[in-house]
Order: sequence, then C-alpha cells, then structure tokens
Amino acid sequence: MNNQDQKDSRRDFLKKTTAMAALTISSPVLVKAGQHDEKIASFFEKMDLKIEVNGVAHQLSVEPRVTLLDLLREQLHLTGTKKGCDHGQCGACTVHVDGKRINSCLSLAVMNDGKKVTTIEGIADGDNLHPMQEAFINHDGFQCGYCTPGQIMSAIACVQEGHANSREEIQEFMSGNICRCGAYPHIVDAVMEVKKGGKSS
Amino acid sequence: MINFEYSRTSSVKAALDVLAKNPGASFIAGGTNLVDLMKKGVATPQRLVDINNLPLKQISIDAKGLTIGALALNSDVAENEKVKKNYPLLVQAINAGASAQLRNMATIGGNIMQRTRCTYFYDTTLPCNKRKPGSGCGALKGYNRMHAIFGASDKCIAVQPSDMSVALAALDATVMVSSSKGERKIPFTDFHRLPGDIPEKDNNLQPGELITAIHVPVNSFNKNHYLKIRDRASYAFALVSVAVALKVNGNIIQSARLAMGGVAHKPWRLKQAEEMLTGSAIHDLSFAKLTDNIMQDAKTYEHNAFKIKLGKAAIAEAINKALQ
Ligand SMILES: Cc1cc2nc3c(=O)[nH]c(=O)nc-3n(C[C@H](O)[C@H](O)[C@H](O)COP(=O)(O)OP(=O)(O)OC[C@H]3O[C@@H](n4cnc5c(N)ncnc54)[C@H](O)[C@@H]3O)c2cc1C
Ligand code: FES
Ligand code: FES
Repeated sequence: MNNQDQKDSRRDFLKKTTAMAALTISSPVLVKAGQHDEKIASFFEKMDLKIEVNGVAHQLSVEPRVTLLDLLREQLHLTGTKKGCDHGQCGACTVHVDGKRINSCLSLAVMNDGKKVTTIEGIADGDNLHPMQEAFINHDGFQCGYCTPGQIMSAIACVQEGHANSREEIQEFMSGNICRCGAYPHIVDAVMEVKKGGKSS
Repeated sequence: MINFEYSRTSSVKAALDVLAKNPGASFIAGGTNLVDLMKKGVATPQRLVDINNLPLKQISIDAKGLTIGALALNSDVAENEKVKKNYPLLVQAINAGASAQLRNMATIGGNIMQRTRCTYFYDTTLPCNKRKPGSGCGALKGYNRMHAIFGASDKCIAVQPSDMSVALAALDATVMVSSSKGERKIPFTDFHRLPGDIPEKDNNLQPGELITAIHVPVNSFNKNHYLKIRDRASYAFALVSVAVALKVNGNIIQSARLAMGGVAHKPWRLKQAEEMLTGSAIHDLSFAKLTDNIMQDAKTYEHNAFKIKLGKAAIAEAINKALQ
C-alpha cells in the first residue's frame, strides 16, 4: 500500500463511520425523503455529475461538498481559473455557467448538473486569442497576472450584458474583480476597446 | 467544509417534506451566503436541500403590483425592463449589493435570508450569541464600527446586511411563505426582527417554512433613490444606506417612504420622518429638524458614533438625489 492509498482508506473509513452514526439517527427519514427526491447523496456517497466544460462533456462523480472551482482545478486540471479568497470576495474564480459569469468558489459542483461551463481555457479559438485576451495584452491589463483569468471572464460577460457603456459603468460592473497589482485603469481601457470594436464573443 | 447529505427537489411539496422530516437540513439556493458560512464552520447543516429546480422564478407585474418568485436571480430582477421602469428603487438597491457575479447567483429569497456580516459572528473562535447562544456578544465591547445604532440589545448589536431588503421595507412588500401547514403572508417590515433575547433568530420565518415569493404593491412614487455609503466605491457592505420613495405633485410631497440599512438588525423604516415629509414643499425641507428627530433614538457604541452624523447627511443626500 502506498501512502496515498493509506490516506484514502483511512479517510473512507472515517467518512463511513461518521456516516453510519448519522444514518442510525436518520435512516427512516432518508428512505422516505428519497421517494420525493430526484437525487440524493448521503455522507459517504459521491454523486453523479454531468457537466460540459469548454465544449467537452464530462460524466463525473463528486462529493457534494466539492465546489465548482475545486472540481475544475483538481479533478479536471483546468488550473487557469484561480482561487484568490475562496469566499466570493475577489473574483479570481470567475467562470461562465450557461453564459452567465459567476464565482465558482461559492457554487457547489453538484449544483451545476447539466450545465455548460466556460473557463479561461475555453475562450481562444485555437491559436487565435479571444479579443478580450488581446486587448488585455495590448493595454497591459495586468502585472502579476493572478487576477487576469477572472478579470477576462468577467470582462467578456460585462460587454455581453451591455454594462460597458462608459468607464464609470465598467468600473461598477467590474467591481467584483479585485486586482491587487492595481491594473484597473488598463483593464478598463481593454474593456472599452473590445466594446468599441463590437467584438464581445 | 464538513460533509453533508445533499438532495435536489423539483416541487415545493417535496422540498417542504424533506425539511419537515430533517430538522437539521437547510435549503440552498444561490449558495453565496450558505456555502461561505459552511466553509467558515458557522453553518453546519446535516443536509442541503437544493431548491434551484423549484418553479419559483417568475417575475410578473399586474395591476396589483410586482410578484417575484423566491428563486428569481437578483440580476434577472434588476435587468427586467418592467421592473426597472416601475420599481427603480428596488433595482438600485439590488445593484448596490455584492458584485455582478454574485448577483447572477443570488436569489431573492436567499438575499433576504442572508445572515449578518458581523466579524464576531463569522469567526468561530470568538464569542457571538447569534452563532452560539450564551457565548456573549463580542462586538458589544469589541470592535463595533459596522454595528447597529437602533434597536439593538445587550445580547447582540449586529446589523442585517441586505441592501434589497431596505428597499422592500420602504415599498411595503410582503413575503409569501409555504409550509406543510399551508401558506401565509408576512409584511416585509415584520419579516426581520430585533435581536432582543434571542439574537440567533434573524427573522420570523418558522422552521419548516419556505419563502415562495415576494410581492411589492403597485405605487405612485415618482421620485426614488437608494443611497449606499461604504468604505469603497463598490463591492462592500453598507456603513449606512437610505431608501427614499416620494410621490411629488407640483412642489408638494404627497407621500413618502423612508428606510435605512446598516443601522439595525432589520431594515429600519422611518415612519415618523415619512409623516414629517408628507405635505412639505420640496424647496422648503428642514433636514436638520428631520434628521435630528430620526437620530434621537440612536444609541452608539465605542466605534460607530460616526453613523449618526453620516446617517443624517446620507438621509439629506438621498432625499435631494431622489428629488433631482
Ligand atoms: C463578497 C460578498 C459581498 C456581498 N455584498 C453584498 C452587499 O453589498 N449587499 C447585499 O445585500 N448582499 C451582499 N452579499 C450577500 C448576497 O447578496 C447574498 O449572499 C445572497 O443574496 C444570498 O442569496 P443566495 O440565493 O445565494 O442564498 P443562499 O446562500 O443559497 O441561502 C442563504 C440562506 O437563505 C436560505 N434560503 C434560501 N432560499 C430560501 C427560500 N426560498 N426559503 C427559505 N429559506 C431560503 C438558505 O437556507 C440559507 O440559510 C455579498 C455576498 C458576498 C459573498
Ligand atoms: S476565489 Fe472566488 S471570489 Fe475569490
Ligand atoms: S495583475 Fe496582479 S492581481 Fe491583478
């Protein structure tokens, strides 16, 4: 048994024993509730999850407590989406779900069953960068780059939503993306350029 | 995050059944507050009942007013053309909250249920009667800059952080609720409650109840403004906020609605001030008298006395902005 296996089996054991304890209290309830439920996962169970990410359909199995952000990064190895705060406060984890920008750190993966997710890895067309990516490069819309995937996903949505009509409006509707390097003026320049060019998708 | 059971329901009845049978269960809607609290260990539900598939997303307007399903997204309400036209105060208040991403996740029901942002509530190593009844209120003699100036108790001085709720209180909204016992309506100003001796209870929703919709009656307010004062220009909770809705005819204020946020455990409706404003000429408003009257009941703590001066200025500014 290698180290990982040992860890896994110990974890499974712990999980199962707590689950058993919980089940003895609540098992009749669980069975009954199940009649009305479409999907139910108990403590020790993983749930099936169908999710499309950047055009690729995935059939996965996840614990209910896994966030969409952790699913993308750890299970699908799409590490372009960043974890800044993990509490909805910075926007580094911004992705699109069914075309809308959201914070993937506050969404449970299982809540996205049947949905279409687009991440920073999914916006370029082969070697051709998305216009927003190009605009960020042209305008130096970043320094360290940590916030950039979230900024770009948010910026694309900001233009699509029709919230990029002035610098003030862009500032307000991009306020969910914090940049610790303070590249804000250049980010606004980049969004303005894409908005003017009418190239939003 | 501590693991939990998870189930998904697609009918109101099924959701209520599950909750009735699992006292340790919680509904989850957008998750933007609950997932955060679960990561911090503040909320530890044994089971989550995902209600996102319930058919409660409608946004409809008729002669009686606006009805918003509990699962309508904050952004869908704020982007709805009819709502923008007829309920501008509500739209301004929604857009003043959180960020574009969060408003795309947050639901109307979840928004009014969101819990306080008091740092003592959020930090499980500190005392907090709201999180752990009997452990004491850390904020009372601690760092209380964000805290209440109206209606607090010595058990809890936290404030309710929802911006949208301040507008809903001003607009005399009603919360529609379902449980296995049937349906009931709660006037919005009775939805949230004052902490008193049971600060763990934020509102008057009973265990086993589901919010199904919010109704906002039709109104004739032609001057509206939501003013939010915060530590940065956007994406921060209110220090104080003011919702104003006025019906002005010629130069005269015929009716007025006024509520404050960031000052109490519930949206703070200012009925006496509304009466003072009613019948006044708009060029002849005595803000000093009005705001002195509003603030005479305020009680401040070590770090939040500034809210009195700020609150007075914010009320005057909000009314002026509404009248512009
Ligand atoms: C970084 C950050 C900044 C924010 N800034 C602001 C701000 O400035 N102003 C502001 O107003 N808000 C702000 N918010 C809070 C945000 O508006 C709320 O988190 C959101 O509205 C909650 O809605 P939800 O659908 O995600 O609720 P959830 O997190 O899903 O649920 C919250 C609670 O409501 C209960 N619940 C949900 N739906 C129902 C229902 N139909 N019936 C009964 N119970 C229900 C749940 O059981 C849970 O206890 C901010 C949040 C974050 C993370
Ligand atoms: S990591 Fe999600 S908002 Fe910061
Ligand atoms: S570029 Fe460094 S945080 Fe934005």
